[in-house]
Amino acid sequence: MVTRSLVSLRFSPLVALLVVLVAALATASLGTGPVRLPPLTVVQALFGGGTEEQRIIVQGIRLPRAILGLAIGAILGLSGAALQGLLRNPLASPSLFGAPQSAALGAVLVIATGLADVRSFLLPVVAIVFAFGSVFALLAIAGRNAGLLLLILAGLALSSLAGALTALAMNLSPNPFATLEIAFWLLGSLEDRSFRHVMLALPFIAAGAIVLLSLRHSFRVLSLGEESAQSLGVDVGRLRLAVITGVALGVGGAVSVAGTIGFIGLVAPHLVRPFVNYDPTRLLVPSALMGAALLLAADIAVRLIPSNADIKVGVLTSLVGVPFFLYLIFRERRSLGASAS
Amino acid sequence: MSAAFLTAKDVGVDLAGRRVLHDFTFALPSRGVVALVGPNGAGKTTLLRAICGLIPSRGEIAIDGDVMATLPLEARARKIAYLPQGHVVHWPLPVRDVVALGRFPHGAVDPGRLGEHNARIVEDAMAAADVLVLADRRVTELSGGERSRVALARALAVNAPIVLADEPTASLDPRHQIDVLRLLRKTADAGALIVVVTHDIGMAARFADEVLVVSDGRLVAHGAPDVALTDDILRDVFRVAAFRASADGEPILLPWSEA
Repeated sequence: MVTRSLVSLRFSPLVALLVVLVAALATASLGTGPVRLPPLTVVQALFGGGTEEQRIIVQGIRLPRAILGLAIGAILGLSGAALQGLLRNPLASPSLFGAPQSAALGAVLVIATGLADVRSFLLPVVAIVFAFGSVFALLAIAGRNAGLLLLILAGLALSSLAGALTALAMNLSPNPFATLEIAFWLLGSLEDRSFRHVMLALPFIAAGAIVLLSLRHSFRVLSLGEESAQSLGVDVGRLRLAVITGVALGVGGAVSVAGTIGFIGLVAPHLVRPFVNYDPTRLLVPSALMGAALLLAADIAVRLIPSNADIKVGVLTSLVGVPFFLYLIFRERRSLGASAS
Repeated sequence: MSAAFLTAKDVGVDLAGRRVLHDFTFALPSRGVVALVGPNGAGKTTLLRAICGLIPSRGEIAIDGDVMATLPLEARARKIAYLPQGHVVHWPLPVRDVVALGRFPHGAVDPGRLGEHNARIVEDAMAAADVLVLADRRVTELSGGERSRVALARALAVNAPIVLADEPTASLDPRHQIDVLRLLRKTADAGALIVVVTHDIGMAARFADEVLVVSDGRLVAHGAPDVALTDDILRDVFRVAAFRASADGEPILLPWSEA
Protein backbone atom coordinates (compact mmCIF):
# COMPACT_ATOMS: atom_id res chain seq x y z
CA MET A 1 0.00 0.00 0.00
CA VAL A 2 2.51 2.54 1.14
CA THR A 3 4.93 1.43 -1.50
CA ARG A 4 2.66 2.28 -4.39
CA SER A 5 4.17 5.22 -6.16
CA LEU A 6 2.96 8.77 -5.88
CA VAL A 7 3.68 9.30 -9.55
CA SER A 8 0.21 8.40 -10.75
CA LEU A 9 -1.49 11.34 -8.99
CA ARG A 10 -3.78 12.76 -11.59
CA PHE A 11 -4.00 16.44 -12.36
CA SER A 12 -7.50 17.46 -13.27
CA PRO A 13 -8.76 20.92 -14.25
CA LEU A 14 -10.02 21.23 -10.68
CA VAL A 15 -6.53 20.71 -9.31
CA ALA A 16 -5.12 23.25 -11.78
CA LEU A 17 -7.75 25.78 -10.74
CA LEU A 18 -7.01 25.23 -7.05
CA VAL A 19 -3.27 25.55 -7.65
CA VAL A 20 -3.88 28.95 -9.27
CA LEU A 21 -6.11 29.95 -6.35
CA VAL A 22 -3.51 28.90 -3.78
CA ALA A 23 -0.75 30.73 -5.69
CA ALA A 24 -2.87 33.89 -5.83
CA LEU A 25 -3.70 33.69 -2.12
CA ALA A 26 -0.05 33.04 -1.24
CA THR A 27 0.94 36.14 -3.22
CA ALA A 28 -1.80 38.14 -1.50
CA SER A 29 -0.59 36.83 1.87
CA LEU A 30 2.95 38.07 1.08
CA GLY A 31 1.49 41.48 0.17
CA THR A 32 -0.75 41.87 3.23
CA GLY A 33 0.34 43.53 6.46
CA PRO A 34 1.19 46.93 7.89
CA VAL A 35 2.95 47.66 4.61
CA ARG A 36 0.67 46.80 1.70
CA LEU A 37 2.53 45.53 -1.36
CA PRO A 38 0.94 45.01 -4.80
CA PRO A 39 1.30 41.48 -6.29
CA LEU A 40 3.93 42.50 -8.86
CA THR A 41 6.15 44.04 -6.17
CA VAL A 42 5.70 40.89 -4.07
CA VAL A 43 6.86 38.67 -6.90
CA GLN A 44 9.83 40.96 -7.62
CA ALA A 45 10.86 41.06 -3.96
CA LEU A 46 10.42 37.31 -3.65
CA PHE A 47 12.90 36.68 -6.45
CA GLY A 48 15.49 39.20 -5.29
CA GLY A 49 14.18 42.38 -6.94
CA GLY A 50 12.66 45.50 -5.37
CA THR A 51 14.11 47.52 -2.50
CA GLU A 52 15.97 45.93 0.39
CA GLU A 53 13.12 46.85 2.72
CA GLN A 54 10.63 45.09 0.46
CA ARG A 55 12.83 42.03 0.28
CA ILE A 56 13.11 41.85 4.08
CA ILE A 57 9.36 42.21 4.48
CA VAL A 58 8.49 39.62 1.85
CA GLN A 59 11.26 37.07 2.24
CA GLY A 60 12.12 37.39 5.92
CA ILE A 61 8.85 38.27 7.62
CA ARG A 62 5.96 37.17 5.47
CA LEU A 63 7.32 34.20 3.53
CA PRO A 64 7.53 31.84 6.56
CA ARG A 65 4.00 32.82 7.48
CA ALA A 66 2.73 32.11 3.95
CA ILE A 67 4.61 28.80 3.75
CA LEU A 68 3.20 27.68 7.10
CA GLY A 69 -0.31 28.79 6.12
CA LEU A 70 -0.06 26.82 2.91
CA ALA A 71 1.49 23.71 4.44
CA ILE A 72 -0.69 23.59 7.56
CA GLY A 73 -3.88 24.30 5.63
CA ALA A 74 -2.93 21.58 3.15
CA ILE A 75 -2.18 18.92 5.77
CA LEU A 76 -5.37 19.74 7.67
CA GLY A 77 -7.46 19.43 4.50
CA LEU A 78 -5.67 16.23 3.55
CA SER A 79 -6.04 14.75 7.04
CA GLY A 80 -9.75 15.52 7.03
CA ALA A 81 -10.23 13.88 3.63
CA ALA A 82 -8.20 10.83 4.71
CA LEU A 83 -10.16 10.39 7.97
CA GLN A 84 -13.42 10.80 6.06
CA GLY A 85 -12.25 8.14 3.62
CA LEU A 86 -11.14 5.78 6.38
CA LEU A 87 -14.36 6.12 8.35
CA ARG A 88 -16.53 6.53 5.24
CA ASN A 89 -18.16 9.53 6.79
CA PRO A 90 -18.30 13.17 5.67
CA LEU A 91 -18.32 14.48 9.23
CA ALA A 92 -14.99 12.99 10.25
CA SER A 93 -12.18 15.47 10.84
CA PRO A 94 -9.07 15.77 12.99
CA SER A 95 -10.48 18.49 15.25
CA LEU A 96 -13.77 16.71 15.93
CA PHE A 97 -11.75 13.70 17.01
CA GLY A 98 -9.60 15.69 19.41
CA ALA A 99 -6.32 15.25 17.52
CA PRO A 100 -5.21 18.91 17.52
CA GLN A 101 -6.38 19.36 21.10
CA SER A 102 -4.33 16.34 22.18
CA ALA A 103 -1.32 17.49 20.18
CA ALA A 104 -1.67 20.88 21.88
CA LEU A 105 -1.77 19.17 25.27
CA GLY A 106 1.49 17.42 24.45
CA ALA A 107 3.07 20.67 23.33
CA VAL A 108 1.79 22.55 26.39
CA LEU A 109 3.22 19.91 28.70
CA VAL A 110 6.60 20.34 27.06
CA ILE A 111 6.44 24.13 27.37
CA ALA A 112 4.96 24.22 30.87
CA THR A 113 7.45 21.76 32.30
CA GLY A 114 10.25 23.80 30.76
CA LEU A 115 11.61 20.79 28.88
CA ALA A 116 12.02 22.82 25.73
CA ASP A 117 11.26 26.23 24.29
CA VAL A 118 8.90 26.68 21.37
CA ARG A 119 11.65 26.15 18.83
CA SER A 120 12.81 22.71 19.87
CA PHE A 121 12.20 19.51 17.93
CA LEU A 122 10.94 17.95 21.14
CA LEU A 123 7.78 20.02 20.72
CA PRO A 124 6.53 18.52 17.44
CA VAL A 125 7.63 15.04 18.45
CA VAL A 126 5.62 15.11 21.67
CA ALA A 127 2.69 16.75 19.86
CA ILE A 128 2.75 13.97 17.26
CA VAL A 129 2.85 11.25 19.91
CA PHE A 130 -0.15 12.80 21.67
CA ALA A 131 -2.08 13.22 18.40
CA PHE A 132 -1.38 9.59 17.54
CA GLY A 133 -2.46 8.49 21.00
CA SER A 134 -5.74 10.38 20.81
CA VAL A 135 -6.82 9.15 17.37
CA PHE A 136 -5.74 5.63 18.23
CA ALA A 137 -7.69 5.79 21.49
CA LEU A 138 -10.68 7.20 19.64
CA LEU A 139 -10.84 4.32 17.18
CA ALA A 140 -10.18 1.80 19.94
CA ILE A 141 -12.94 3.20 22.15
CA ALA A 142 -15.48 3.59 19.35
CA GLY A 143 -14.62 0.19 17.88
CA ARG A 144 -14.59 -1.08 14.32
CA ASN A 145 -17.40 0.01 12.04
CA ALA A 146 -18.42 2.54 14.65
CA GLY A 147 -21.32 4.77 13.76
CA LEU A 148 -20.84 8.48 13.53
CA LEU A 149 -22.56 9.22 16.81
CA LEU A 150 -20.17 6.97 18.69
CA LEU A 151 -17.13 8.52 17.01
CA ILE A 152 -18.26 12.07 17.71
CA LEU A 153 -19.09 11.29 21.32
CA ALA A 154 -15.72 9.62 21.83
CA GLY A 155 -14.05 12.56 20.06
CA LEU A 156 -15.89 15.00 22.30
CA ALA A 157 -14.78 13.10 25.38
CA LEU A 158 -11.16 12.95 24.22
CA SER A 159 -10.94 16.61 23.24
CA SER A 160 -12.60 17.59 26.53
CA LEU A 161 -10.05 15.50 28.38
CA ALA A 162 -7.20 17.06 26.42
CA GLY A 163 -8.67 20.52 27.12
CA ALA A 164 -9.05 19.78 30.83
CA LEU A 165 -5.49 18.47 31.13
CA THR A 166 -4.22 21.50 29.21
CA ALA A 167 -6.07 23.75 31.64
CA LEU A 168 -4.57 21.80 34.53
CA ALA A 169 -1.08 22.21 33.13
CA MET A 170 -1.62 25.97 32.82
CA ASN A 171 -3.23 26.04 36.26
CA LEU A 172 -0.22 24.42 37.86
CA SER A 173 2.32 26.38 35.87
CA PRO A 174 4.42 28.50 38.27
CA ASN A 175 4.93 31.28 35.76
CA PRO A 176 1.85 33.42 34.96
CA PHE A 177 3.51 34.93 31.89
CA ALA A 178 4.21 31.50 30.45
CA THR A 179 0.58 30.63 31.09
CA LEU A 180 -0.60 33.67 29.20
CA GLU A 181 1.75 32.87 26.35
CA ILE A 182 0.44 29.30 26.20
CA ALA A 183 -3.14 30.55 26.26
CA PHE A 184 -2.58 32.79 23.27
CA TRP A 185 -0.55 30.17 21.47
CA LEU A 186 -3.41 27.70 21.92
CA LEU A 187 -5.74 30.00 20.00
CA GLY A 188 -3.84 29.18 16.84
CA SER A 189 -1.83 31.73 14.93
CA LEU A 190 0.69 32.08 12.14
CA GLU A 191 1.91 35.47 13.31
CA ASP A 192 5.63 36.19 13.78
CA ARG A 193 6.73 32.77 12.62
CA SER A 194 10.24 32.40 11.28
CA PHE A 195 12.01 29.95 9.02
CA ARG A 196 13.02 28.02 12.12
CA HIS A 197 9.34 27.29 12.67
CA VAL A 198 9.06 26.24 9.04
CA MET A 199 12.02 23.88 9.44
CA LEU A 200 10.47 22.50 12.60
CA ALA A 201 7.06 21.67 11.18
CA LEU A 202 7.61 21.06 7.48
CA PRO A 203 9.43 17.70 7.66
CA PHE A 204 6.63 16.19 9.77
CA ILE A 205 3.90 17.73 7.64
CA ALA A 206 5.58 16.44 4.48
CA ALA A 207 6.01 12.97 5.99
CA GLY A 208 2.35 12.89 7.02
CA ALA A 209 1.27 14.01 3.55
CA ILE A 210 3.37 11.32 1.86
CA VAL A 211 1.92 8.61 4.11
CA LEU A 212 -1.66 9.73 3.49
CA LEU A 213 -1.26 10.18 -0.27
CA SER A 214 0.40 6.80 -0.65
CA LEU A 215 -2.72 5.19 0.86
CA ARG A 216 -5.12 6.95 -1.47
CA HIS A 217 -6.31 4.01 -3.57
CA SER A 218 -7.33 2.06 -0.50
CA PHE A 219 -9.95 4.67 0.40
CA ARG A 220 -11.95 3.97 -2.74
CA VAL A 221 -11.96 0.23 -2.02
CA LEU A 222 -13.04 1.02 1.52
CA SER A 223 -16.23 2.53 0.08
CA LEU A 224 -17.47 -1.06 -0.08
CA GLY A 225 -17.03 -1.52 3.66
CA GLU A 226 -14.17 -3.07 5.61
CA GLU A 227 -14.98 -6.71 4.86
CA SER A 228 -15.22 -6.22 1.12
CA ALA A 229 -12.08 -4.09 1.15
CA GLN A 230 -10.22 -6.79 3.05
CA SER A 231 -11.48 -9.43 0.61
CA LEU A 232 -10.11 -7.28 -2.23
CA GLY A 233 -6.65 -7.28 -0.69
CA VAL A 234 -6.65 -4.14 1.47
CA ASP A 235 -5.16 -4.82 4.87
CA VAL A 236 -7.70 -2.73 6.76
CA GLY A 237 -5.98 -2.98 10.13
CA ARG A 238 -2.71 -1.77 8.66
CA LEU A 239 -4.48 0.93 6.68
CA ARG A 240 -6.15 2.25 9.83
CA LEU A 241 -2.82 2.41 11.63
CA ALA A 242 -1.15 4.10 8.65
CA VAL A 243 -3.87 6.76 8.39
CA ILE A 244 -3.65 7.51 12.10
CA THR A 245 0.12 7.80 11.77
CA GLY A 246 -0.14 10.13 8.78
CA VAL A 247 -2.75 12.33 10.47
CA ALA A 248 -0.74 12.42 13.71
CA LEU A 249 2.48 13.37 11.91
CA GLY A 250 0.77 16.14 9.98
CA VAL A 251 -1.49 17.52 12.69
CA GLY A 252 1.17 17.17 15.39
CA GLY A 253 3.70 19.02 13.26
CA ALA A 254 1.18 21.73 12.44
CA VAL A 255 -0.03 22.24 16.00
CA SER A 256 3.48 22.42 17.40
CA VAL A 257 4.21 25.65 15.49
CA ALA A 258 0.77 27.17 14.99
CA GLY A 259 -1.39 26.02 17.89
CA THR A 260 -4.84 24.59 17.24
CA ILE A 261 -6.48 25.66 14.01
CA GLY A 262 -9.80 23.90 13.72
CA PHE A 263 -12.37 22.98 11.11
CA ILE A 264 -10.19 23.30 7.99
CA GLY A 265 -10.13 19.50 7.87
CA LEU A 266 -13.91 19.36 8.00
CA VAL A 267 -14.71 22.18 5.59
CA ALA A 268 -12.11 21.69 2.84
CA PRO A 269 -13.07 18.14 1.74
CA HIS A 270 -16.71 19.07 1.85
CA LEU A 271 -16.23 21.98 -0.55
CA VAL A 272 -14.47 19.93 -3.21
CA ARG A 273 -16.26 16.57 -2.87
CA PRO A 274 -18.99 17.23 -5.50
CA PHE A 275 -16.29 18.19 -8.02
CA VAL A 276 -14.47 14.86 -7.72
CA ASN A 277 -17.67 12.81 -8.09
CA TYR A 278 -17.61 11.88 -4.35
CA ASP A 279 -14.60 9.66 -5.00
CA PRO A 280 -12.68 9.39 -1.70
CA THR A 281 -9.40 8.79 -3.54
CA ARG A 282 -9.61 11.69 -5.96
CA LEU A 283 -10.73 13.85 -3.01
CA LEU A 284 -7.33 13.93 -1.32
CA VAL A 285 -5.26 16.32 -3.44
CA PRO A 286 -8.05 18.88 -4.02
CA SER A 287 -8.85 18.79 -0.29
CA ALA A 288 -5.24 19.58 0.52
CA LEU A 289 -5.26 22.50 -1.94
CA MET A 290 -8.60 23.74 -0.68
CA GLY A 291 -7.32 23.53 2.91
CA ALA A 292 -4.27 25.58 1.93
CA ALA A 293 -6.51 28.15 0.22
CA LEU A 294 -8.84 28.36 3.24
CA LEU A 295 -6.07 28.87 5.78
CA LEU A 296 -4.21 31.39 3.59
CA ALA A 297 -7.47 33.29 3.12
CA ALA A 298 -8.27 33.19 6.85
CA ASP A 299 -4.75 34.34 7.66
CA ILE A 300 -5.13 37.26 5.23
CA ALA A 301 -8.54 38.07 6.71
CA VAL A 302 -7.23 38.35 10.28
CA ARG A 303 -4.75 40.94 9.06
CA LEU A 304 -7.44 42.93 7.25
CA ILE A 305 -10.19 42.85 9.87
CA PRO A 306 -9.96 46.14 11.81
CA SER A 307 -9.65 45.49 15.55
CA ASN A 308 -7.55 46.84 18.38
CA ALA A 309 -6.08 43.44 19.20
CA ASP A 310 -4.84 40.79 16.78
CA ILE A 311 -7.49 38.26 15.96
CA LYS A 312 -5.91 34.82 15.96
CA VAL A 313 -6.47 32.78 12.81
CA GLY A 314 -7.56 29.74 14.84
CA VAL A 315 -10.33 31.85 16.36
CA LEU A 316 -11.51 32.89 12.91
CA THR A 317 -11.51 29.35 11.46
CA SER A 318 -13.55 28.16 14.44
CA LEU A 319 -15.98 31.07 14.13
CA VAL A 320 -16.58 30.17 10.50
CA GLY A 321 -16.21 26.43 10.94
CA VAL A 322 -18.66 25.78 13.76
CA PRO A 323 -21.71 27.19 11.94
CA PHE A 324 -20.61 25.17 8.93
CA PHE A 325 -20.44 22.09 11.13
CA LEU A 326 -23.95 22.83 12.41
CA TYR A 327 -25.12 23.12 8.81
CA LEU A 328 -23.59 19.71 8.02
CA ILE A 329 -25.30 18.19 11.06
CA PHE A 330 -28.56 19.72 9.87
CA ARG A 331 -28.07 18.18 6.45
CA GLU A 332 -26.97 14.78 7.75
CA ARG A 333 -29.43 14.59 10.61
CA ARG A 334 -31.34 11.72 9.08
CA SER A 335 -28.29 9.50 8.82
CA LEU A 336 -27.12 10.75 12.22
CA GLY A 337 -30.36 9.60 13.77
CA ALA A 338 -30.05 6.28 11.97
CA SER A 339 -26.54 5.62 13.24
CA ALA A 340 -27.77 5.93 16.81
CA SER A 341 -29.91 2.83 16.53
CA MET B 1 -17.22 -33.54 -10.40
CA SER B 2 -13.54 -32.81 -10.48
CA ALA B 3 -11.06 -33.35 -7.69
CA ALA B 4 -10.95 -31.45 -4.41
CA PHE B 5 -10.18 -27.78 -4.96
CA LEU B 6 -11.33 -25.93 -1.87
CA THR B 7 -10.65 -28.02 1.21
CA ALA B 8 -11.39 -27.41 4.87
CA LYS B 9 -9.82 -29.57 7.55
CA ASP B 10 -11.05 -29.34 11.14
CA VAL B 11 -11.97 -25.69 10.66
CA GLY B 12 -13.35 -24.09 13.79
CA VAL B 13 -14.11 -20.51 14.74
CA ASP B 14 -14.31 -18.90 18.18
CA LEU B 15 -15.98 -15.54 18.50
CA ALA B 16 -15.74 -13.70 21.81
CA GLY B 17 -14.64 -16.87 23.57
CA ARG B 18 -17.57 -18.90 22.25
CA ARG B 19 -17.12 -21.75 19.77
CA VAL B 20 -19.42 -20.85 16.85
CA LEU B 21 -18.10 -23.31 14.26
CA HIS B 22 -17.10 -26.88 15.14
CA ASP B 23 -14.65 -28.95 13.10
CA PHE B 24 -15.74 -28.37 9.53
CA THR B 25 -14.10 -30.84 7.18
CA PHE B 26 -15.14 -30.90 3.55
CA ALA B 27 -13.77 -30.76 0.02
CA LEU B 28 -15.39 -28.84 -2.81
CA PRO B 29 -14.70 -29.24 -6.54
CA SER B 30 -13.13 -26.57 -8.76
CA ARG B 31 -16.34 -25.97 -10.62
CA GLY B 32 -19.97 -26.07 -9.66
CA VAL B 33 -22.55 -24.31 -7.53
CA VAL B 34 -22.51 -25.20 -3.85
CA ALA B 35 -25.41 -24.02 -1.71
CA LEU B 36 -24.75 -23.34 1.95
CA VAL B 37 -28.03 -23.64 3.84
CA GLY B 38 -29.10 -23.66 7.46
CA PRO B 39 -31.38 -21.86 9.89
CA ASN B 40 -30.69 -18.32 11.07
CA GLY B 41 -27.62 -18.15 13.26
CA ALA B 42 -26.32 -21.56 12.19
CA GLY B 43 -22.94 -20.13 11.18
CA LYS B 44 -23.22 -19.83 7.40
CA THR B 45 -21.83 -16.30 7.13
CA THR B 46 -19.16 -17.12 9.72
CA LEU B 47 -18.05 -20.04 7.56
CA LEU B 48 -17.79 -17.82 4.48
CA ARG B 49 -15.79 -15.25 6.45
CA ALA B 50 -13.46 -17.95 7.72
CA ILE B 51 -12.89 -19.33 4.22
CA CYS B 52 -12.20 -15.80 3.02
CA GLY B 53 -9.73 -15.21 5.86
CA LEU B 54 -11.70 -12.27 7.24
CA ILE B 55 -11.82 -13.82 10.69
CA PRO B 56 -9.26 -16.05 12.37
CA SER B 57 -10.02 -19.77 12.40
CA ARG B 58 -8.49 -23.00 13.61
CA GLY B 59 -7.73 -25.84 11.28
CA GLU B 60 -6.63 -25.52 7.70
CA ILE B 61 -8.28 -24.09 4.62
CA ALA B 62 -6.54 -24.74 1.31
CA ILE B 63 -7.20 -23.81 -2.28
CA ASP B 64 -5.71 -26.07 -4.91
CA GLY B 65 -3.19 -27.24 -2.33
CA ASP B 66 -2.17 -23.73 -1.20
CA VAL B 67 -2.86 -23.20 2.48
CA MET B 68 -4.79 -19.92 2.73
CA ALA B 69 -3.08 -18.75 5.91
CA THR B 70 0.28 -18.75 4.15
CA LEU B 71 -0.86 -16.68 1.17
CA PRO B 72 -0.41 -12.92 1.09
CA LEU B 73 -3.60 -10.88 1.21
CA GLU B 74 -3.48 -9.88 -2.45
CA ALA B 75 -3.00 -13.45 -3.64
CA ARG B 76 -6.00 -14.51 -1.56
CA ALA B 77 -8.00 -11.65 -3.04
CA ARG B 78 -7.30 -12.95 -6.54
CA LYS B 79 -8.40 -16.48 -5.59
CA ILE B 80 -11.61 -15.67 -3.73
CA ALA B 81 -14.22 -13.08 -4.60
CA TYR B 82 -16.41 -12.32 -1.61
CA LEU B 83 -19.86 -10.86 -1.91
CA PRO B 84 -21.11 -9.93 1.57
CA GLN B 85 -24.68 -9.24 2.57
CA GLY B 86 -26.07 -5.75 2.46
CA HIS B 87 -24.23 -4.37 -0.56
CA VAL B 88 -23.42 -1.11 1.17
CA VAL B 89 -21.49 1.50 -0.78
CA HIS B 90 -20.64 4.45 1.44
CA TRP B 91 -20.11 7.12 -1.20
CA PRO B 92 -22.30 7.87 -4.22
CA LEU B 93 -19.81 6.43 -6.71
CA PRO B 94 -20.71 5.67 -10.33
CA VAL B 95 -21.66 2.02 -10.89
CA ARG B 96 -18.81 1.55 -13.35
CA ASP B 97 -16.22 2.58 -10.73
CA VAL B 98 -17.73 0.26 -8.13
CA VAL B 99 -17.56 -2.72 -10.49
CA ALA B 100 -14.00 -1.72 -11.46
CA LEU B 101 -12.95 -2.21 -7.81
CA GLY B 102 -13.11 -5.91 -8.61
CA ARG B 103 -9.88 -5.39 -10.54
CA PHE B 104 -8.09 -3.95 -7.50
CA PRO B 105 -6.43 -7.24 -6.51
CA HIS B 106 -5.03 -7.44 -10.05
CA GLY B 107 -3.22 -4.15 -9.67
CA ALA B 108 -5.78 -1.96 -11.45
CA VAL B 109 -6.14 0.43 -8.54
CA ASP B 110 -7.58 3.37 -10.46
CA PRO B 111 -10.97 2.91 -12.17
CA GLY B 112 -10.08 5.94 -14.32
CA ARG B 113 -7.22 4.08 -16.00
CA LEU B 114 -7.97 0.41 -16.12
CA GLY B 115 -6.23 -0.44 -19.37
CA GLU B 116 -7.87 -2.34 -22.17
CA HIS B 117 -7.75 -5.80 -20.61
CA ASN B 118 -9.24 -4.82 -17.25
CA ALA B 119 -11.79 -2.48 -18.84
CA ARG B 120 -13.10 -5.36 -20.95
CA ILE B 121 -13.45 -7.63 -17.91
CA VAL B 122 -15.39 -4.86 -16.12
CA GLU B 123 -17.70 -4.40 -19.11
CA ASP B 124 -18.26 -8.16 -19.34
CA ALA B 125 -19.06 -8.40 -15.64
CA MET B 126 -21.54 -5.52 -15.94
CA ALA B 127 -23.14 -7.14 -18.98
CA ALA B 128 -23.39 -10.51 -17.20
CA ALA B 129 -25.10 -8.98 -14.16
CA ASP B 130 -27.35 -6.88 -16.38
CA VAL B 131 -26.16 -3.52 -15.04
CA LEU B 132 -24.61 -2.05 -18.20
CA VAL B 133 -27.51 0.41 -18.50
CA LEU B 134 -26.75 1.59 -14.96
CA ALA B 135 -23.03 2.11 -15.60
CA ASP B 136 -23.07 5.88 -15.20
CA ARG B 137 -25.67 6.05 -12.43
CA ARG B 138 -24.69 6.69 -8.83
CA VAL B 139 -24.82 3.46 -6.87
CA THR B 140 -26.57 5.14 -3.93
CA GLU B 141 -29.48 6.14 -6.17
CA LEU B 142 -30.27 2.57 -7.18
CA SER B 143 -32.98 0.31 -5.82
CA GLY B 144 -32.00 -2.54 -3.51
CA GLY B 145 -32.27 -5.04 -6.31
CA GLU B 146 -30.18 -2.98 -8.70
CA ARG B 147 -27.55 -2.50 -6.01
CA SER B 148 -27.28 -6.20 -5.34
CA ARG B 149 -26.71 -6.84 -9.05
CA VAL B 150 -23.99 -4.18 -9.06
CA ALA B 151 -22.40 -5.91 -6.08
CA LEU B 152 -22.56 -9.19 -7.96
CA ALA B 153 -20.93 -7.59 -11.02
CA ARG B 154 -18.19 -6.28 -8.73
CA ALA B 155 -17.56 -9.79 -7.39
CA LEU B 156 -17.57 -11.29 -10.91
CA ALA B 157 -15.10 -8.66 -12.09
CA VAL B 158 -12.49 -10.18 -9.77
CA ASN B 159 -12.51 -13.19 -12.14
CA ALA B 160 -11.58 -15.40 -9.22
CA PRO B 161 -11.75 -19.20 -9.37
CA ILE B 162 -13.91 -19.10 -6.22
CA VAL B 163 -16.90 -16.82 -5.56
CA LEU B 164 -18.40 -16.74 -2.07
CA ALA B 165 -21.80 -15.05 -2.18
CA ASP B 166 -23.78 -14.35 0.97
CA GLU B 167 -27.48 -14.31 0.08
CA PRO B 168 -27.00 -12.75 -3.36
CA THR B 169 -30.71 -13.07 -4.12
CA ALA B 170 -31.97 -11.62 -0.84
CA SER B 171 -33.51 -8.37 -2.06
CA LEU B 172 -34.33 -9.41 -5.60
CA ASP B 173 -37.71 -9.85 -7.26
CA PRO B 174 -38.47 -13.39 -8.55
CA ARG B 175 -37.27 -12.67 -12.06
CA HIS B 176 -33.94 -11.28 -10.92
CA GLN B 177 -33.52 -14.13 -8.43
CA ILE B 178 -33.73 -16.58 -11.31
CA ASP B 179 -31.45 -14.38 -13.44
CA VAL B 180 -28.81 -14.23 -10.72
CA LEU B 181 -28.89 -17.96 -10.05
CA ARG B 182 -28.65 -18.70 -13.78
CA LEU B 183 -25.73 -16.29 -13.97
CA LEU B 184 -23.99 -18.03 -11.08
CA ARG B 185 -24.71 -21.34 -12.79
CA LYS B 186 -23.15 -20.02 -16.01
CA THR B 187 -20.12 -18.69 -14.15
CA ALA B 188 -19.68 -22.07 -12.48
CA ASP B 189 -19.98 -23.89 -15.80
CA ALA B 190 -17.32 -21.61 -17.24
CA GLY B 191 -14.97 -23.00 -14.61
CA ALA B 192 -15.49 -21.52 -11.17
CA LEU B 193 -16.57 -22.70 -7.75
CA ILE B 194 -19.56 -20.73 -6.51
CA VAL B 195 -20.56 -21.04 -2.87
CA VAL B 196 -23.92 -19.42 -2.21
CA VAL B 197 -25.51 -18.85 1.17
CA THR B 198 -29.26 -19.02 0.77
CA HIS B 199 -32.39 -19.45 2.83
CA ASP B 200 -34.24 -20.67 -0.22
CA ILE B 201 -33.90 -24.45 -0.01
CA GLY B 202 -36.03 -24.73 -3.11
CA MET B 203 -33.51 -22.74 -5.12
CA ALA B 204 -30.72 -24.79 -3.52
CA ALA B 205 -32.39 -28.03 -4.57
CA ARG B 206 -32.87 -26.77 -8.09
CA PHE B 207 -29.66 -24.87 -8.89
CA ALA B 208 -26.93 -26.38 -6.72
CA ASP B 209 -24.66 -29.27 -7.58
CA GLU B 210 -23.84 -29.80 -3.93
CA VAL B 211 -25.44 -28.65 -0.70
CA LEU B 212 -23.75 -28.01 2.62
CA VAL B 213 -26.25 -28.05 5.50
CA VAL B 214 -25.12 -26.21 8.60
CA SER B 215 -26.90 -26.37 11.93
CA ASP B 216 -25.77 -25.00 15.29
CA GLY B 217 -22.22 -24.43 14.04
CA ARG B 218 -21.83 -27.95 12.71
CA LEU B 219 -21.81 -29.44 9.24
CA VAL B 220 -24.69 -31.91 9.33
CA ALA B 221 -24.98 -32.91 5.69
CA HIS B 222 -22.98 -32.53 2.50
CA GLY B 223 -23.73 -33.93 -0.93
CA ALA B 224 -25.96 -33.65 -3.97
CA PRO B 225 -29.29 -31.92 -3.20
CA ASP B 226 -31.24 -35.17 -2.99
CA VAL B 227 -28.65 -36.57 -0.59
CA ALA B 228 -28.27 -33.49 1.62
CA LEU B 229 -31.83 -32.22 1.63
CA THR B 230 -33.64 -35.36 2.75
CA ASP B 231 -36.92 -35.28 4.65
CA ASP B 232 -35.01 -36.18 7.83
CA ILE B 233 -32.60 -33.26 7.45
CA LEU B 234 -35.40 -30.83 6.65
CA ARG B 235 -37.26 -31.98 9.75
CA ASP B 236 -34.26 -32.01 12.10
CA VAL B 237 -32.55 -28.84 10.89
CA PHE B 238 -35.29 -26.65 9.50
CA ARG B 239 -38.29 -28.17 11.34
CA VAL B 240 -40.32 -28.25 8.13
CA ALA B 241 -41.81 -30.85 5.86
CA ALA B 242 -41.45 -30.27 2.13
CA PHE B 243 -43.64 -30.74 -0.89
CA ARG B 244 -41.62 -32.40 -3.64
CA ALA B 245 -42.29 -32.59 -7.36
CA SER B 246 -40.43 -31.96 -10.57
CA ALA B 247 -40.85 -29.81 -13.64
CA ASP B 248 -38.86 -29.85 -16.89
CA GLY B 249 -36.65 -32.49 -15.31
CA GLU B 250 -35.69 -30.20 -12.42
CA PRO B 251 -36.63 -30.89 -8.82
CA ILE B 252 -39.20 -28.77 -7.01
CA LEU B 253 -38.79 -28.58 -3.26
CA LEU B 254 -41.17 -26.36 -1.38
CA PRO B 255 -41.24 -25.97 2.41
CA TRP B 256 -44.85 -26.91 3.02
CA SER B 257 -45.66 -27.36 6.71
CA GLU B 258 -44.19 -27.47 10.19
CA ALA B 259 -42.62 -30.75 11.18
